[in-house]
Amino acid sequence: MTLSIGEVAPDFSLLDTEGRRWSVAHYDGAPATVVVFTCNHCPYALAWHDRIVDVAREYAGRGVRVLAVNANDADRYPRDSFDAMKDRVAREDWPMPYLHDATQEVAREYGAKVTPDVFVLDAEGRLRYRGAPDADYDNPRERAEWLRDALDAVLSGSILGRPETKPVGCSIKWKQ
Amino acid sequence: MRDLDVELLWWEGCPSTDKARAAVQDALRDLGLDGTPVRMREIRTDDDALKTGFVGSPTILIEGVDLVPAAADERIGLSCRVYRRRDGRVSPVPDPDDLREALRHAAERTEVKP
Repeated sequence: MTLSIGEVAPDFSLLDTEGRRWSVAHYDGAPATVVVFTCNHCPYALAWHDRIVDVAREYAGRGVRVLAVNANDADRYPRDSFDAMKDRVAREDWPMPYLHDATQEVAREYGAKVTPDVFVLDAEGRLRYRGAPDADYDNPRERAEWLRDALDAVLSGSILGRPETKPVGCSIKWKQ
Repeated sequence: MRDLDVELLWWEGCPSTDKARAAVQDALRDLGLDGTPVRMREIRTDDDALKTGFVGSPTILIEGVDLVPAAADERIGLSCRVYRRRDGRVSPVPDPDDLREALRHAAERTEVKP
């Protein structure tokens, strides 16, 4: 299953590394929500991480909520275990919750393919952008511009010219 | 005189294979070793990974030696490898300077043809 542009994203209920439960239900008033499937061990996810963190910080004042979700199979990839996620958040300064999709149901419902895979939802929970944060994981000056463009469009109520891009990264490690 | 032995181990779950191969070929060209073949070996299964000691894609072996020795926390298996650029950035491919340096040293040691 893959979520299409304009569709209402399925809600979920996932725990973050602090034990708090998060959902994407639209009734909480956030004008936009970013759900980014990411992980601890993928070089693409790590290369883009700081740019996504910057977006989370810079758009928080405008009510945007960023939720990072790790769905990788921790049995085969222990660096993506819930304990490893907790350790990472404790070591680093995260402005966003890091959620554990232990059953991988959320990743499957969204149709996430790789890490990072970015989904931008509007106030009604409809998918407005899906893809990569920007054009080049290797160039920090890209500043997650595709993600920023999507958020700016959602926040201003304008039409996004590029609602989908190809997500680039490591394949999600599905349970076998 | 013989060619330098350069082998690139790759796994289809990582999109960095083409970029890694191009980086190796660029480095060889910079060193005047343009004609050196880069052997490509696909790692398909966990068993393949175990047999080859594969800790992630891409892994570049020069004269049979890993360009960047595996770190203690790198596990054998089908995964994408995390490299560090010389400026500290995370990258899915090695730093071009590290690549050139390793190839140059290997070429000097083995007296390969330029």
